Amino acid sequence: MSTTVAIVLLAGIIAYAIFAGADFGAGFWDLVAGGPERGARPRAVIEHSVGPVWEANHVWLIFVFVVLWTSFPEAYASVTLTLFVPLAIAALGIVLRGAGFAFRKAVVRLEHRRVFGGAFALSSVLVPFALGAIAGGIASGRVPAGGRAGDPVDSWINPTSILGGVLAVAAVAYLAAAYLVWDARRLGDPEMAAYFRRRAVAAAVAVAVIGIIGLFVLRADAEYVYGELTSRALPVVLVSVAAGVGALVLLVRDAARGGRLLAVGAVASIVAAWGVAQWPYLLPESLKVSAAAAPDATLTTVLVVVGLAVLVVVPGFIVLYVLDQRGLLPEEGS
Amino acid sequence: MGSLAAALAAVDPVPWARGQMAFTLGFHIILVPLGVSWAFFTLIANYRALKHDDRDALLLAQRWSKYMAVTFAVGAVTGTVLSFEFGLLWPRFMGQWGDVFGIPFMFEGIFFFTEAIFISIYIFGWRRLRPWTHFWTGVPIVLAGIFGSASVVAANAWMNAPGGFTLDSDGNVVDVDPVQVIFNDSMPLQTAHMIIAAYLVGGFLVASVYATGMLRGRRDHYHRLGFVIAFSVAAVMTPIQLGVGDALARWVYDNQPAKFAAIELVPETGSDVPETLLGRLNDDGTVSGGFPIPGLASWLSDPSTGRDTVVQGLDAFPADERPTTRQVNIVHLAWDVMVGLGTLLFLLSVWYGVVWAFRRHMPQSRWFLRCAAASGVLAVIAMEAGWVVTEVGRQPWIVYGHMKVEDAATGNTGVWIMFVSVVVLYAALGTTLVLVLRGMSRRWRQGEGQREGDAPYGPRAPAERGAGAGAGREAESEEETVP
Repeated sequence: MSTTVAIVLLAGIIAYAIFAGADFGAGFWDLVAGGPERGARPRAVIEHSVGPVWEANHVWLIFVFVVLWTSFPEAYASVTLTLFVPLAIAALGIVLRGAGFAFRKAVVRLEHRRVFGGAFALSSVLVPFALGAIAGGIASGRVPAGGRAGDPVDSWINPTSILGGVLAVAAVAYLAAAYLVWDARRLGDPEMAAYFRRRAVAAAVAVAVIGIIGLFVLRADAEYVYGELTSRALPVVLVSVAAGVGALVLLVRDAARGGRLLAVGAVASIVAAWGVAQWPYLLPESLKVSAAAAPDATLTTVLVVVGLAVLVVVPGFIVLYVLDQRGLLPEEGS
Repeated sequence: MGSLAAALAAVDPVPWARGQMAFTLGFHIILVPLGVSWAFFTLIANYRALKHDDRDALLLAQRWSKYMAVTFAVGAVTGTVLSFEFGLLWPRFMGQWGDVFGIPFMFEGIFFFTEAIFISIYIFGWRRLRPWTHFWTGVPIVLAGIFGSASVVAANAWMNAPGGFTLDSDGNVVDVDPVQVIFNDSMPLQTAHMIIAAYLVGGFLVASVYATGMLRGRRDHYHRLGFVIAFSVAAVMTPIQLGVGDALARWVYDNQPAKFAAIELVPETGSDVPETLLGRLNDDGTVSGGFPIPGLASWLSDPSTGRDTVVQGLDAFPADERPTTRQVNIVHLAWDVMVGLGTLLFLLSVWYGVVWAFRRHMPQSRWFLRCAAASGVLAVIAMEAGWVVTEVGRQPWIVYGHMKVEDAATGNTGVWIMFVSVVVLYAALGTTLVLVLRGMSRRWRQGEGQREGDAPYGPRAPAERGAGAGAGREAESEEETVP
C-alpha cells in the first residue's frame, strides 16, 4: 500500500509542477517582459492566463505536503529538519508572490502596480528555484533519515541542487511560454502568440542544454539517482526527450495546441523520471518508502480521501478549466 | 563579532518557534473568518438582488466578491506558510504524530481545493454565467469554508484530546482509527465554537465598516443593506456562541483540568471556588487583585452540585505538567477578555434585536452605530484571546499528556531569523491588505471602476494619460459596468 501512496505523492508533485509550474513560468516571463510600456501586452496575456486559476493550482503543494507528512512522517521531519533554509525561502516567496499578484490587480496607480508586479515576478523565479534545490538535495542523498539534521548549507547549495533549481526555473518558463502561445492566440493576438512562440523555443533549447549538462552533474554528484536514471528510469527519460523534441517541432511549425500538450508531457515525465529513479527510496539510500510508511489505517485513509478528491475536486477543476479555456471567465466582475 | 556569532548560535529555538507559530497563526486566523463568512454574506446579497431586483444588493454582492478574492488570496498564502511551519518549527512533532495529526488535514485539502475552485468560478463568472447558475456556484464556497475549517480545528482539537491510536513499546504509533482521530472528544464543541466565531467575527467586522460609513453620513440603502446583512448574521450567532462556549468550558473542566485551573485562576484544589475577574497568580501560589465572585466557578463547572463542586487546582499537577505562573496569568487574562467582550457583543446584539422587534428597522442612534463600529475589532480581539486560552492553556503539552512542546520543537538555532523575516513580511502584508481594501472602496465610492482588459501595470489608455491629478484614474462610472 505504501507504493500506491508513493505514486499518489508523485502524481501530486507532477500536478503541482505542470499546473502551478505554468503559473510560476508566467511570472518569469512577466519579470523579463521589460518596462511598463514594452511589457504591457505580454503582461496582459499573462494576467489573463494566470488570474482565474492560480489559487486552485497552488493547492497542489499543500496536497503534497499533507500526503507526505501523513503517509511518511519521518521523511517529512527529516526533509524539514535539513532543508530548513530553502523551505523557508520558498514559504516567504509564496507569500510575496500570492500577495503581489492579488494586490497588483486591486491597485490602480502605476508605481504601486510595479511594486506588486515586481514582487510577484521575482518570487515566481525564487520559489521554483528553491523547490528545485530541495529536490536536488533529496535526490543527491544529502537528507539523512532518523531525526538527524543534515548540513544546513551543503544540503541545498551543491551541484545537484543548483542543477535542480535552474532546471526548475527553465522548465516552468518553457511550460508557461508554450501555454501562453495558445492563450495569446485565443485572445486573438497573433503578434503575442509569435512573441511567446519565440520564447518557448528558446526555453526548450535551454531546458535541453541544462538537461545534458545535468547528466554530467548527476554522474559526479548523485550516483544513485544517476544510475537509475540511465537504467530503470531510462524509458521515462526517453519519453521526456521525445515529448520535448516533438513539442519543439510543433512550436516551430506553429501548432500551438499540440505543442502545449507535448510540453506538458515533457515536464511531467522529467518529474516522473526523478520519482522512478529514486525508487525504492524516499530519501535515497537512507530511507525506503516502505520503511517510512505510516500505519495501514492511515494509508488507507489517505487513499480514501484521494478517491473522494477525485470525485469531488476533479469535476470542479474541469469546470474551472473549461470555463477558463472557453473564455467564459474573462475578467473579474466589477 | 565572534561573540555575537556564538551568542546567536546559542539561541534557544523553542521560544522563537513558539512565537512564530503564535504570530503566523494569529495573523491567519483573522483572515479565516472573512474567508468563511463573507461568501455567505455575499450570497445573501446576491439572493436579494436576484429575488427583488435590487441593484444596490447586486452592487454589494459584486464588490464583496472582489474583497473576498483579495482576502482569500492572502489567507491562502498565509495558510500555506502554516503547512511549511508544521515541519520547519515542529519536525519532531510531525515525525512522531504526522500520521495521526495529518488525517483531518487530508480532508481539509479537499475542502480547500473546492473553495479555491468555486471562488474562482464565482468571482470570474459574474458576467458570463446565467444569474442563478452563478448564484449556485457560490454555495460550495460557503460549505467548503465551513467543513474546511471544521477539519483544521479537528486537528487542533486532537492535540487537546488525542485519541484514535495506540503506541508500541518504542512509543511509535501503530494502530490508527481515523474516525476516532477526526471525531475526537474535543472536536464537536471546539469546531462549533470556531465556526460560529468565524461568522461572528466576519459579521461584526463587515458591519463595522458600514457602521463607520453611516456615522459619516452615508445612510443610503446601499450602506444600510451592507450593515444589516452582516450584523444580523452576527447577532443571531452571538447567543448561540455563549451556549457553545459554556459547554466547551465544562468540557475543559472534565478533560483538561490543568487548563481549567489556569482559566479560573485556581491555585488549590477545593470546593466553593470563586470566579475571579482579573487578578493575577503569584509565584508562591497566592492570588492577588481581581474581583472574586464567591462559589461561582464551582457552580458554573457543575450546576447540579452547585458550590460543592470540587475544582482541581494547579497544585494537583506536577510543576512540569501544568502552565507556568506567567502562562497561567496569560490564560486567565485572555479568558476574561474573551468572555467579557463576548458578553458586550451579546448585549449589542440584544439592543439590535429589541429595536428591530419593536420598530421593524435597525437602531439609528449614533451611540448604537459607534458601538457597532467598534464591534469588529472587539470581535477579533475576543477570537484571538480564545485561541490564547486554548493554546497557552495546553502548555507544556503539544499533544496533551503525550508530548511536550520542548520535545517537539526544532533544534535549529536559526529560527529567529525566519521569525524576524516573517514579522516584517506579514507587517507589510497586513498593512498593504488594509490599504488595498480601503483603496478599492474609496475608488468605488468616487464612482470609479477599474477598466477591464488593462494590462496589470501597463500604461493607461491614451485618453486618460496626462489628465493632471486624475491621471491613472478611471472615468467610467461603476453603474455602466453592472450587468
